[in-house]
Amino acid sequence: MTLPLALAVALLSGAVMGYEILLMRFFSVAQWHHFAYMVIGLAMLGFGVSGTFLVFARERLSTRFVPAFATFAGFFGVTVVVATSAAQLVPFNALEVVWDPWQFAYLFVIYLLLAVPFFCAATSIGLTLYVLRSGTAQVYRADLMGAGFGAAVIVAVMFLLPIDRCLAALGGVGLVAAGLALASERRTRRPAALCVVGAVAAMAFLPDEPLMPRLNPYKALGQALTVPGAEIVSEVSGPLGLLTAVRNDEVPLRHAPGLSLNANADIPEQLAVYTDGDAPTAVTRHGEALSSSAYLDWRTAALPYHLVAEPRVLVLGTGGGDEVLMALHHRARSVDAIELNPQMARLVGRDHAEFGGRIFERPLVSLHVGEGRSFAATTDEAYDLIQISLLDPFSAAASGLHALNESTLYTVEAFETFLGRLTPDGMLAVTRWMRLPPRGSLKLAATALAALERTGASRPRDHIAAVRAWNAVTLVVAKKPLTQDRISMARTFANVRSFDLAYLPGIAADETNRFNVIGTPTVYQGIDALAGSGAAEFVESYPFDIAPATDDRPYFFHFFKWRLLPELLKMRTAGGIPFIEWGYVILLATLVQALLASAALILLPLTVLRGGAPSESKGLFWSTAACFGAIGLAFLFIEISFMQRFVLLLGHPLYAVVVILTGFLLFAGLGSGWSAKLRRRMPERAVSWAVAGIVGLALLYLAFLPAVFEVLRPLPEVAKVAVSLALIAPLAFAMGMPFPLALHRLGEASPGLVPWAWGINGCASVVSAVLAALIAIDWGFDAVILAACGLYAVAAIVYGVRLGKAPPIVSRDSGT
Amino acid sequence: MPNHDPIDPRYAPLPGRFAKFIATRRDVRVAVPTAVAACMILALVAGNVLADAYDAARNDLLEQIQRDAADTGGLTGRRGFSPETMAALRRVPRHEFVRKEHLSLAYANRPLPIGYGQTISQPYIVALMTDLLDLSRDQRLLEVGTGSGYQAAVAAEVAGHVYTVEIIGALAGQARDRLKNLGVANVTVRRADGYHGWPRHAPFDAIIVTAAADHIPPPLVRQLRPGGRMVIPVGPRFLTQQLVLIEKAHDGRVTARQLLPVRFVPLTRKP
Repeated sequence: MTLPLALAVALLSGAVMGYEILLMRFFSVAQWHHFAYMVIGLAMLGFGVSGTFLVFARERLSTRFVPAFATFAGFFGVTVVVATSAAQLVPFNALEVVWDPWQFAYLFVIYLLLAVPFFCAATSIGLTLYVLRSGTAQVYRADLMGAGFGAAVIVAVMFLLPIDRCLAALGGVGLVAAGLALASERRTRRPAALCVVGAVAAMAFLPDEPLMPRLNPYKALGQALTVPGAEIVSEVSGPLGLLTAVRNDEVPLRHAPGLSLNANADIPEQLAVYTDGDAPTAVTRHGEALSSSAYLDWRTAALPYHLVAEPRVLVLGTGGGDEVLMALHHRARSVDAIELNPQMARLVGRDHAEFGGRIFERPLVSLHVGEGRSFAATTDEAYDLIQISLLDPFSAAASGLHALNESTLYTVEAFETFLGRLTPDGMLAVTRWMRLPPRGSLKLAATALAALERTGASRPRDHIAAVRAWNAVTLVVAKKPLTQDRISMARTFANVRSFDLAYLPGIAADETNRFNVIGTPTVYQGIDALAGSGAAEFVESYPFDIAPATDDRPYFFHFFKWRLLPELLKMRTAGGIPFIEWGYVILLATLVQALLASAALILLPLTVLRGGAPSESKGLFWSTAACFGAIGLAFLFIEISFMQRFVLLLGHPLYAVVVILTGFLLFAGLGSGWSAKLRRRMPERAVSWAVAGIVGLALLYLAFLPAVFEVLRPLPEVAKVAVSLALIAPLAFAMGMPFPLALHRLGEASPGLVPWAWGINGCASVVSAVLAALIAIDWGFDAVILAACGLYAVAAIVYGVRLGKAPPIVSRDSGT
Repeated sequence: MPNHDPIDPRYAPLPGRFAKFIATRRDVRVAVPTAVAACMILALVAGNVLADAYDAARNDLLEQIQRDAADTGGLTGRRGFSPETMAALRRVPRHEFVRKEHLSLAYANRPLPIGYGQTISQPYIVALMTDLLDLSRDQRLLEVGTGSGYQAAVAAEVAGHVYTVEIIGALAGQARDRLKNLGVANVTVRRADGYHGWPRHAPFDAIIVTAAADHIPPPLVRQLRPGGRMVIPVGPRFLTQQLVLIEKAHDGRVTARQLLPVRFVPLTRKP
């Protein structure tokens, strides 16, 4: 393989990876992230389609390989822009799915449109694997390493450029890849130059408007912008979200979740910052004296300030800074505020600092960019109060649109870390949206009780207090059992504000459920049951999943239980739908669709392949399907599971994902390149050795990684990244080998099946991502890793028994 | 004798030649009024047929709403809606409140988009909210978020007067025109920010807040008369299914009740 061609493959593969990540952003802005997940998953079946297509067209295309490669790479460049903007014109509205069957048709059209770029790129790469099958290892290396770089580069570029420019740039990269391929042949140099010119033109001159995601008008930002006087004062886009700051001098914005009905303090002027058009957080105007922030004392989240005087506070999830303001209002001695998104920190801490009264520049306050849990784990400070604020949107919580986000903040292990950072009289306070029937509030209590038990509390129930308004609940978890003093202060706090006592040590049932009356089951009954001896049976029998979230199953927002489904569907038009946790249902729907489409894509070519030269296939169909299906599934299983594991070490989810994904793909690429050597040294056993290496390392990591992480945690960031990469390297290196080894073998034994195997691998990758999440929800990520080990073993056995033993045919064209 | 030309072609507008053609041909002069008359008769017949179709659809809808109400009665405290509520729903022509392209769905039990990021609520929810407020002819209702005006029109059938506030000017204007055309006299529409209610007409016997918010505006609670009720749907557009009912007792004490139209599996109590 020539260098320009290798570069072209790498560029194209990188652009596909970049497109996948960018599409996720695109749909998170336009709709909600679950739909992004489903749409992208199904669009990526374009990979599977390319395999099927190549089965039919391989001969015709391979005679003019370079022009064919360039054509499809160029198509990728063009369709990335055209198909994405066309998909924006489809009037799909996720919220209307319940009511309008046409929405499914719209969704289908979006799948089809977005599948085109994936199909084009995969056809180029698949064709290369077929034509250059004697150099499979090198082609696959270029593919993997290109994808690895693509992931890192797109995230960096997303900080610098708005979404529409990123999209135009991806189109340009597709054209450059086409140009590079053409440049590898003398007679096509001029078209190559044209491609590069086209790429530059695309990046420079494409209009931005049609390339921007169209915001669903029913999202919070869309709603706010319909109000007269609303004005976008700034907008920043980045890989963690599109931040939009809105101001309205005519009709004031008023953000105060959990505000008491009795509140007699007005909400001062506010500026709302939306993330991806949702989840508003407020920058509140206030004077030096903080008197205008009195309304903050009328929110449930103010409870802990009535139990500890002049605390040193750690705020996790700063957003616009309301919690910081609340802390200052209650005379906190110091406030450490943690914000995950550096762009958010800049927006509120610098760009709109004047509006917010320069709150982050006060001597008592320091703003840190980082992830809350890893900050708590590594800081030497001790706090009197750790406050986890409420940053996700109520509408999403109310409609169940927020399920399925992995969260490392709301797990038993995380709460244990927080409790460890508290002074002896200190407490952790968490505010969540109150939904009915209660589930988030109960899962929160269950998680806190489990964490208390692990820290050695003898009667965990004596450590917790909870108050609730009609839509918010605040749980306080004290390090020491709550004193009678504190209990009576909590009572007073709640009574004055007409908040209900959801739980207090020693509380009687008739003290609860007085102001914000909910039918049975009340939150009190739930927490009381969770704190009692029959907690396990209660969790088991409760209609929602309220078992404590753990690092192995970090799905705090997942409440779905199967037995709820028939009842809710029956009540569809009378109110059932919002109570289903959509995320899980959408995930299942994605899996079902992906499986059906994959089955069709994989079985369809068989009609041709069976009809074709029997000498070529040699009855290798089922061993090919099993081997490549297993490898495709297993690769992503391991990648996804370890990504989740390393988030715990690296802290920041975005950086962790970039480091791990890039590292995985780069080292796997190197492994693929090296696999050619291994094959030459031990042609019979190469796959077995590679698989043995993968399984051995994966099991080793499974057993020791948590302990290793504990040791590594105090290291500085750079060192943690380096160690993470070093840990990933051998595993990824081994994982890069089975696919090219098996594909090379297939190329020798039955070249006609190579495109088919490529398609199977593509389908398996789509199914794998969805399946990994489903397994992790029910059985945890450890189970996903074990499943991957099993799948690799299956691949090795099938290969050893059948594929590896098939004799090579005398090839006409394998030396292309 | 030359034909007398009734229309000077120099001043004839574009359809002038057509008018001239009509004017000069006797058969056409007869045929056109006949055709127009025929069309009008047809339109009347079609209108009646359509009206009948709407009536039929509306009856089906009402039946469905009563069924759902009976199903979910356990938690909302209502075993079916009152005859007054159902009569109000029967009298208000929902098809006058939806967009033209949604006429065929006017009596489907679902919310529909009305533009400006707003929706016309699901009829079941409109019925439920109206019913929960227990309105009578001598009472005043404040509605925050007029939208299409449908909820106001339904409530106006059972209340004395409905004061409704809408922040989006175009929607407020459309609703005002629509209600006027339908002859609804006891609704006053105003373009304003509803957060502060409508102090001039306060206190109100009942308040409906259809604009979603992350908190209940305390000024509205203050404008509720002792003994009055306020109802607030919760959740995003299209998925509104949970209601908060706020009651102000005669001693001024305020309580909120959260209502779910869904019946859930009963909880097992702790051992």
